[in-house]
Amino acid sequence: MQAIFEFLASIGGVTLRFLAASGRLGLFTLAAVSHCVRPPIYPRLIGRQMVDIGYYSLPVVGLTAVFTGMVLALQTYTGFSNFTAESAVPTVVLLSVTRELGPVIAGLMVAGRIGAAIAAELGTMRVTDQIDALTTLSTNPYKYLVVPRIVAGTIVMPMLVFVADIIGVFGGFLVGSYRLRFNPAAYIQRTADYLQTNDVTAGLVKAAVFGFVVALMGCYFGYNSRGGAQGVGAATTYAVVSASILILLLDYVLTAILFVGR
Amino acid sequence: MSDTHPPKIEVRGLKKSFGRKVVLDGIDLTIGRSESVVVIGGSGTGKSVLAKCILGLLEADEGSIRIDGEEMVGRRAGERERAMRKFGMLFQGSALFDSLPVWENVAFGLIQGHGKNRREAKEAAIKTLASVGLGPDVGELRPAELSGGMQKRVALARAICAAPETIIFDEPTTGLDPIMGDVINDLILKCVHQLGATALSITHDMASARKISDRIAMIHRGKIIWSGPTASIDRTSNPYVEQFIHGRAEGPIQMEVRAP
Repeated sequence: MQAIFEFLASIGGVTLRFLAASGRLGLFTLAAVSHCVRPPIYPRLIGRQMVDIGYYSLPVVGLTAVFTGMVLALQTYTGFSNFTAESAVPTVVLLSVTRELGPVIAGLMVAGRIGAAIAAELGTMRVTDQIDALTTLSTNPYKYLVVPRIVAGTIVMPMLVFVADIIGVFGGFLVGSYRLRFNPAAYIQRTADYLQTNDVTAGLVKAAVFGFVVALMGCYFGYNSRGGAQGVGAATTYAVVSASILILLLDYVLTAILFVGR
Repeated sequence: MSDTHPPKIEVRGLKKSFGRKVVLDGIDLTIGRSESVVVIGGSGTGKSVLAKCILGLLEADEGSIRIDGEEMVGRRAGERERAMRKFGMLFQGSALFDSLPVWENVAFGLIQGHGKNRREAKEAAIKTLASVGLGPDVGELRPAELSGGMQKRVALARAICAAPETIIFDEPTTGLDPIMGDVINDLILKCVHQLGATALSITHDMASARKISDRIAMIHRGKIIWSGPTASIDRTSNPYVEQFIHGRAEGPIQMEVRAP
């Protein structure tokens, strides 16, 4: 009997901790979003974050996108040639990259690069009293630290994904033309024929959501980190893992809303 | 304390716990205008928690904190932010913003809190740096390029740059050699007197406490157990104070193992 109670108590404990953590994250999100629309706003800081998150992420996102497009073209060709449907390669590459792989791969790469950097920076500021120092200097840490990162992440991610889409499709084109012997003009023509505005914009909507999530998770875990270097390390890990899981989860939800529901 | 103004800081029955650990257990402390009070006590006795509660960085569980007669406990963050403009704070580890150059650290409160333009704020920062013995060239460096003593000076300059009415010093001489510690003490005295500011200092460095205070209060087990003019601390028969100021291992104070 005792063992059953202990088992139930452990389930209850985990559930309560999960609910408490969700509540804290919810309150943090509400506070952050409400500060986004109330002055003062720091355009200079938002600009700096846009450069950090967007411009400096271009190489890693671009490289990932080009290889993703290349692999996708190869795999599609291998699979579709069994059904003599090789001509569908440009279409499959286009749809996969713009709808799914562009936003998701860019989101995951930015989660690793930016989510970790935000959590480490804010976490270090927390454990060295720099966030408290902001408050004593009449500066709201949400407005100064959290809002610029969240706004910049949400604005810049669609731009990054737009570039990633172009590079990814180009990667597919390279493999299609030079390795799979497609006629380059025909490949481009087929890609253009199936290019839909809705596919691209839906991908960009996803990207904006992913950018928000990556910045939010980095800020939340960094802002609330405790316990010195180990706490900062843990905050960085939690930020990257939770952002990555949320990106995959939200990708499903957004796909269901944007594509299946319409 | 016979003037008609309310005390600058008045703390009554202040309680603060972290989980089951009671850190402040009914603190009573009054600091008059332009008075310099030092709170002494062993490590982990809640000195910094007291300072953070007064600054509103930590929410008090119970009790009252009045600044210029205005109650701060239970106030909304925005209202507390306005009251904070009267304060300057020197943190134990300096807490300089390592992403900003030194001059911008010093001018931060003027730019963000008081809305001064960057050029004017930079001029004020360079002047304040000079008042703590640092040249304008230091203003262009990053905090990581400075020694511990210079970082403390910059932190002091940041605390006083906006001419606050009250300054809180948290362990101002910790981690410094005795000479640099004394330099910081002299700077604190000079800056506080020049500004006519009220000062609350937290320390366990008795040389520093004797030099910069008008009055000393000792905190132990979350309560103020002794308070009096600085000159009277050596004449007290309080065994806790005696043990502390002479730095003896034997006595009624037993070292806490866990930090709050």
